[in-house]
Amino acid sequence: MKLRHSFAFALLLVALCALPALVFAQRADPRTLDYGLRAREVASGVFVVEGANADFSVANGCNIINTGFIATGAGVIVINTGPSRRYGEQLRSLIARTTKEAVVRVVNLNRHPDYFLGNQAFADVKRSATPTTRAGIEQDAKAYEDNLYRLCGDWLKGTQTLPPDTDAATGAERVGEHLLEWVELSGHTDSDLVLMDRTRGVVFAGGLVFAQRVPTTPHGQLDAWRESLRTLAAWPHTTLVPSHGTLHAEPDAIAMTQRYLDWIDRALRDAAEAGLEMNDVLGLPVPAEFRGWAAFETEYVRNVAHLYPRYEQAALARRP
Amino acid sequence: MEHTMQREASGSSRRRVAIALALAALATPALAEQAADEMFGSLIWPDLQREFLHGGPVVFDPRVQVRGPAFAEDPMNVPITVSAQGLRDVDVITVIVDRNPIRKVLEYFPLGALPVVSFRFKLEQASPVRAAVRTRDGVWHVGGVLVDSAGGGCTAPSQTRRDGSWSRSLGELSARVFAQSVTVGGSSATTRLKLRVMHPMDTGLVSGIPAFYVNRLALLDSGGRELMRLNVFEPVSENPVFSFDFGERPVGALRLVGTDNNGNRIGGRVE
Repeated sequence: MKLRHSFAFALLLVALCALPALVFAQRADPRTLDYGLRAREVASGVFVVEGANADFSVANGCNIINTGFIATGAGVIVINTGPSRRYGEQLRSLIARTTKEAVVRVVNLNRHPDYFLGNQAFADVKRSATPTTRAGIEQDAKAYEDNLYRLCGDWLKGTQTLPPDTDAATGAERVGEHLLEWVELSGHTDSDLVLMDRTRGVVFAGGLVFAQRVPTTPHGQLDAWRESLRTLAAWPHTTLVPSHGTLHAEPDAIAMTQRYLDWIDRALRDAAEAGLEMNDVLGLPVPAEFRGWAAFETEYVRNVAHLYPRYEQAALARRP
Repeated sequence: MEHTMQREASGSSRRRVAIALALAALATPALAEQAADEMFGSLIWPDLQREFLHGGPVVFDPRVQVRGPAFAEDPMNVPITVSAQGLRDVDVITVIVDRNPIRKVLEYFPLGALPVVSFRFKLEQASPVRAAVRTRDGVWHVGGVLVDSAGGGCTAPSQTRRDGSWSRSLGELSARVFAQSVTVGGSSATTRLKLRVMHPMDTGLVSGIPAFYVNRLALLDSGGRELMRLNVFEPVSENPVFSFDFGERPVGALRLVGTDNNGNRIGGRVE
């Protein structure tokens, strides 16, 4: 009896802790293909639309990204457009419900599919990305469409890449009431655009920062990535929006991502120097902190598949 | 049929027939089940046995361990480790992939090495990956792992084919001998030889690019004695990486020799 009480109490605690996340996270419905998008105002006129902190699945409609938009006073700037045409359309109608301002620009922060596959809903708007990101999208768009269709089926119906059509300029600009600064970093991909809203103290960190979620690494360059995180950590901000993972779940998501990258870099280097094979590496122990993060089971295996061959080749080239 | 025989037989011969039947029943899992696939229920397994195991006796054996990822993140480079350290007198390890357009991946003759080999291969679609290990008594011991995939590994051009860089590095060998202080999965290996050969490993399934692949590698000691021999086929990944394990560190200068299917020689000293 006592045990049952304490169990119920524990359940209640868990439910209470999860409450803020439940309120803001999307609740996708695979039957109606409604992503259930919600806009969360993190600073005046700055909105974040949180995705599920998970791996791509039919249950979440492949929506695992945090997108956002800023009502600047001189039109809305949209940051990333989500994993499908349907997401883009629902995002656009969410924006229309949230602000009277018209959308004036879309920005795709990097080359990965959930940053741009919703662009179709913004065909009448200028869509910008860095030249490197535009080239990457050009190269891989077809493969991304196929792969997300395979993973999420009906959610992706009618989705075709509408690529960005304008080169994103870096540096500071004033748009309406907001002083915005665009900085091109790298490491998660070969071009990671970051937006700093200096007026509101909000940073959209793109794919560089993962909060309580194992980072994705198909285009990862760890040295450059870690350097970029050091740059990010030095900027003053009140709110940092990671591309993946719950907002505010961790006070310092930059340090969290840094810890993981430091660990995996050292672990893979040591493994390669010991002559381990990829299947041996997958059997090595992983610190409990990382094992508890979202998508660990699938994403860690991918990390090793992407990254280990480089360490292996370096070890083969080195004579002991 | 057997019942009739038993009824008509005399006392002692009836006993003999009964014993023979009992023995046959005991042997059933090893012999009569050859037609069925106990591991994956694959319907093409009987054909695979005929083609690659030449109708020899087959047992599904947990001592043949095949390790690989549940999902092929990179279908051009699926890492597989085969270990048959629980078996004695291993003659050859044959790796077969049921649903690949080219099914045989490699044949490994461990000779002086342990019956353990690691490699990467190109997977066309989700499939069982099997290792059939023949011991000197002629029995094939079979193990396997199921690898899921988004597909396309065998019919896409290799990286160095796409950028044209393959001809500059063709046949280059990097090799290193590692002491195995970290024993994974209870292996008795003390030494691992890991090597990479630069080669496009074209499957012949990409339009306009004929099959072009490393087909044979062997490790020789200073006296020219073979320490291991490997027959390689088209599905092995581009710029293949292999690991071979040894119970005792081979002494003296080692040499790798090999060829590709166009007759190019591959080889070099192994430090």
